[in-house]
Amino acid sequence: MNRDQLINALYESIGEACVTDPGIAHIEIHANKVLGVHLVEGLEIEADELKDGIRATLVVKKNTKIDQPVRICFGLMQKTGIQKIDMNIRLEENARVAIMASCTFPNAEEIVHTMDADIDIGKNAEYIYLERHVHGTEGGINVVPKAKIHLHEGAKFRTDFELIKGRCGKIDIDYEADCERNSYLDMVARISGRADDRILINERATLRGDGAHGVLRTSIAVRDRAKAEIKNTLVATAPNARGHVDCKEVVQGEAIANAIPIVEVHHPKAHVTHEASIGSVDSKQLETLMSRGLSEDEATDLIIEGLLSPEGQPF
Amino acid sequence: MSQKSILEIKDLVLNLGEKRILDHLSLEIWPGHIHAVVGPNGAGKSTLANTIMGLKGYLDFDGDILFTKKTVKEFSVDERARQGITMAWQEPARYEGLTVRSFIRAGADDKSEQNCRHALELVGLDPKTYLSRAVDRTLSGGERKRIELASILTMEPKLVLMDEPDSGIDVEALEKIFDAIQYLKNKGTTILLITHSTTVLEKADHAFLICCGQLIEKGSVDKIMQYFGQKCIPCDHKNEPKTE
Ligand SMILES: Nc1ncnc2c1ncn2[C@@H]1O[C@H](COP(=O)(O)OP(=O)(O)OP(=O)(O)O)[C@@H](O)[C@H]1O
Ligand SMILES: [Mg+2]
Repeated sequence: MNRDQLINALYESIGEACVTDPGIAHIEIHANKVLGVHLVEGLEIEADELKDGIRATLVVKKNTKIDQPVRICFGLMQKTGIQKIDMNIRLEENARVAIMASCTFPNAEEIVHTMDADIDIGKNAEYIYLERHVHGTEGGINVVPKAKIHLHEGAKFRTDFELIKGRCGKIDIDYEADCERNSYLDMVARISGRADDRILINERATLRGDGAHGVLRTSIAVRDRAKAEIKNTLVATAPNARGHVDCKEVVQGEAIANAIPIVEVHHPKAHVTHEASIGSVDSKQLETLMSRGLSEDEATDLIIEGLLSPEGQPF
Repeated sequence: MSQKSILEIKDLVLNLGEKRILDHLSLEIWPGHIHAVVGPNGAGKSTLANTIMGLKGYLDFDGDILFTKKTVKEFSVDERARQGITMAWQEPARYEGLTVRSFIRAGADDKSEQNCRHALELVGLDPKTYLSRAVDRTLSGGERKRIELASILTMEPKLVLMDEPDSGIDVEALEKIFDAIQYLKNKGTTILLITHSTTVLEKADHAFLICCGQLIEKGSVDKIMQYFGQKCIPCDHKNEPKTE
């Protein structure tokens, strides 16, 4: 496939059209090749090819507000391979950007995808990062996203990780956030596992500045023999820090899920709460959909899709 | 068995726990007609509907259920649905995060947006307001019942079991539900209304009165209305299911 055909294939696999609007910044990365980059004013991206991946730096300049979400598409069309992404993201003071990233591995049989992100969100800057994964049906994939996030005073960060389509394979998320005064953090992960998929999530946030806010939310559905282990830790060390940890898991078949929300408060004027629920799909929900002709599997899929949808989240 | 029946319940006996809930119940439903099953609280009406639909916990019974002359006794809920049987629950299920649009589409024959909107309009709900909302606890019970009926309209089934179509429904909305029932009938769908309301009973062409899981009387709506309206006099049942 040539460059254009690969770009088309990437977007096609996520059910979307290529970006043609010149007002929208975008970058497409296949294996260790940058296939396309289009920038807008105030956004800088530099990317170097590595042996089996990419090292990229993305900067949003001071006071720049990028109106349209930036599109990033990563992926590997082949069945086997490695893709390592090293990302440095910096939002300067008062900058604002939203990124919609898609990670697509539609034919994965033996693929490793790692992401190492260093994210620095400047004073009063605002960053929204949505990452949606589309995997194949084989489950031969290992996804290892790691991120270190620093929120400066008054910074806002919202992230949403979605892995619902296809087999998740083995996923091992490790995020760590450090939140200064009056910053606001909201981390969401929504993942569905089946067969012998493994889901490991380890998220930690420290609310170290006066008035920092943080929410860690995880919604997981596991069925068949899949396993999920979720450990979310929120530490508050400053006055007026506010935090909440929420874990919602749905378990079917022989799947196993455990959720460990840890909250730690080191200041009498800080307040952190947590909530964890593990349940199963109820029979009336299933039988109603089955009485419309859906098989039990199709009905379960639909119910789980709803539970894990953005609408199903307790905002 | 009459040549005419689409559904035949034959000598149905079902126990739940220690109790006999359906007690040698037999009845026949004719294609394209609206039938009503009436009876006091606890008579076994919902149990009968659940057994016909094949829900979990209602599969172990004696007797038989024939649909279009073939037994469905060994069929799962979805297999029965694919034969053309469906059901509207007395208390419809709630789904976190599942939109009205996806819920209606799930069972629809024609999954187009236009068809979903049309079905909502038929049950008197504005598609603009409802299509993108979730079928969760933020909808009232009455709204969920109408959305469930909308999903049945798009499915184009052969037989619909409707358990208490009027419960939790206000007068105005009830008219919409009756319109939808008439719409189904005009399309040739057979309907079994389960109720203890005489307002719903009036919409039927034929009726059955059951009590303690037994068939007490059957025939025209007028006849059953008289019997049922007089608190089932001269029936001497105390409506307490037998303990085995
Ligand atoms: N799982 C169960 N175990 C034991 N008894 C049960 C069970 N489910 C229902 N029953 C009993 O079976 C009887 C019939 O219940 P059913 O719900 O079919 O009545 P109904 O005619 O639909 O009443 P209503 O008008 O109140 O809806 C009741 O006495 C009820 O208590
Ligand atoms: Mg009932």
